[in-house]
Amino acid sequence: MTATVPVPALEATTDEIMTVVAARELTDGVVCFVGIGLPSTAANLARHMHAPRAVLIYESGTIGAKPTKPPLSIGDGELAETADCVVSVPEIFSYWLQAGRVDVGFLGAAQVDRYGNINTTVVGDYDNPTVRLPGAGGAPEIAASAQQTFLLLRQTPRSFVPSLDFRTSVGHAEGGSSRQQLGMQGRGPTVIITDIGVLRPDPTSGEFILTAVHPGRTVEEAVAATGWPLRVAPNLVETVPPTLEELDVLRSLTES
Amino acid sequence: MAAIISLSEAVAEHVRDGDTVALEGFTHLIPYAAGHEIIRQGRTNLTLARMTPDVIYDQLIGVGAARKLIFSWGGNPGVGSLHRFRDAVENGWPEPLEIEEHSHAGMAARYVAGASGLPFGVLRGYTGTELPEHTDTIAPVECPFTGERLTAVPALTPDVSIIHAQQADRTGNVGLWGIQGVQKEAILAGRRSIVTVEEVVDHLDPRVTVVLPSWVVSAVAPVTHGAHPSYAHGYYDRDNTFYRDWDVISRDRGQFTCWIDKHIRSTATFDEHLALVRGQAAVMS
Repeated sequence: MTATVPVPALEATTDEIMTVVAARELTDGVVCFVGIGLPSTAANLARHMHAPRAVLIYESGTIGAKPTKPPLSIGDGELAETADCVVSVPEIFSYWLQAGRVDVGFLGAAQVDRYGNINTTVVGDYDNPTVRLPGAGGAPEIAASAQQTFLLLRQTPRSFVPSLDFRTSVGHAEGGSSRQQLGMQGRGPTVIITDIGVLRPDPTSGEFILTAVHPGRTVEEAVAATGWPLRVAPNLVETVPPTLEELDVLRSLTES
Repeated sequence: MAAIISLSEAVAEHVRDGDTVALEGFTHLIPYAAGHEIIRQGRTNLTLARMTPDVIYDQLIGVGAARKLIFSWGGNPGVGSLHRFRDAVENGWPEPLEIEEHSHAGMAARYVAGASGLPFGVLRGYTGTELPEHTDTIAPVECPFTGERLTAVPALTPDVSIIHAQQADRTGNVGLWGIQGVQKEAILAGRRSIVTVEEVVDHLDPRVTVVLPSWVVSAVAPVTHGAHPSYAHGYYDRDNTFYRDWDVISRDRGQFTCWIDKHIRSTATFDEHLALVRGQAAVMS
């Protein structure tokens, strides 16, 4: 095994850091429900690094897909060609997700609140929206039924809000035991990975707390980018910079 | 038995003003040629059902063919917004668009119920979300055996369901393979159905994984490349460049309308449309 040398963070882009940090969260053999963009790339990076047996499921019904380049859509042909099996959309949501066979679901959002509830539906009023977003897609049931979810989004005052304009998918609900009271089988969001750092939920309250900042980023930036009074973990760490190997593999996966 | 007829005949016969129409195909095999033919024939007042409205419904919404949209995810996959969908919801252009909004799992359950002849489908879904407050077709239901609180969604039974497939045989049996989405459920849930196919063959390809027997399909219409800019596994790839270009074409009302007039209303067939689109792509590259 060759030693890997950390490189200065400046050489990695924001997307690359988010992707590498997300990939590191995935353990070998994990069954992972991924969407397009950073989640898909992160899961593939993990598969090419430390988690060769990770199973990638796309909501188009491809189970065990092994794409060689980042797909533009969740239904690209290569996903079907490289999958262990291709099933219908009703089957992917019922037999596979709802039945509890997915370990990790990746979700993005336009807005997230302190309990990891997310909005992908509207900015503004539902009946008279300022911005009409795409909507729920697979997210509400991924958020409910995956064993845990990882949230990936950029941290800004517009996205990290004190109160959602619309609750599309449930995280830790109103905090405390309110999620369990809704009868959800999954544990909910266990990490939020942003361009500034990493947040994890307080085990009791479910409120997301800053636990790491990426190289070159600061706690002050994270606080300023958060619309609620962001708490900082006493044992806050700095993210280990992407290694040369991680960046090499990531770039080989994303070059077109 | 499915009648093997032209697409214009199939749309003229089976798609009527005011119908609930489902053009399905999950990213793969999206029936674009049929969507264009509905625009050419000037259908109006439609209720459009589809999990992912995609560019095909952006076009139908932008020309004002739809009164209502039943859907679960309205974006341009991998690109961003559907600008015509947004303009209709945010600004009522060209006409106000009523929406009935679900999740993917809920839409899938609705099609399965429709295909099964059941009044509703059941799932563990929507709990704790705000969707039930805005969508009448989501309701709680208690399991009679365990008491678990679940969610019921009514069957979706379109007046006409339309899909694209790779092949039909000469008796109208339809075969498709690759990502299969909810095509089978949509066809079985529909009162009438149209399937456009890449080609009519003597014997379906051994790669076929989903067969719709001729007697559950109203009409089969051969349209080569009829899913473009979506794709047909084994025939042609997704035209990702077109999906990116659509972001520019559709952003502006006037530019969108010009595009529709030139590329759909002024072409007689999908073949003519494709020749025009491809000619322009060749000039630009």
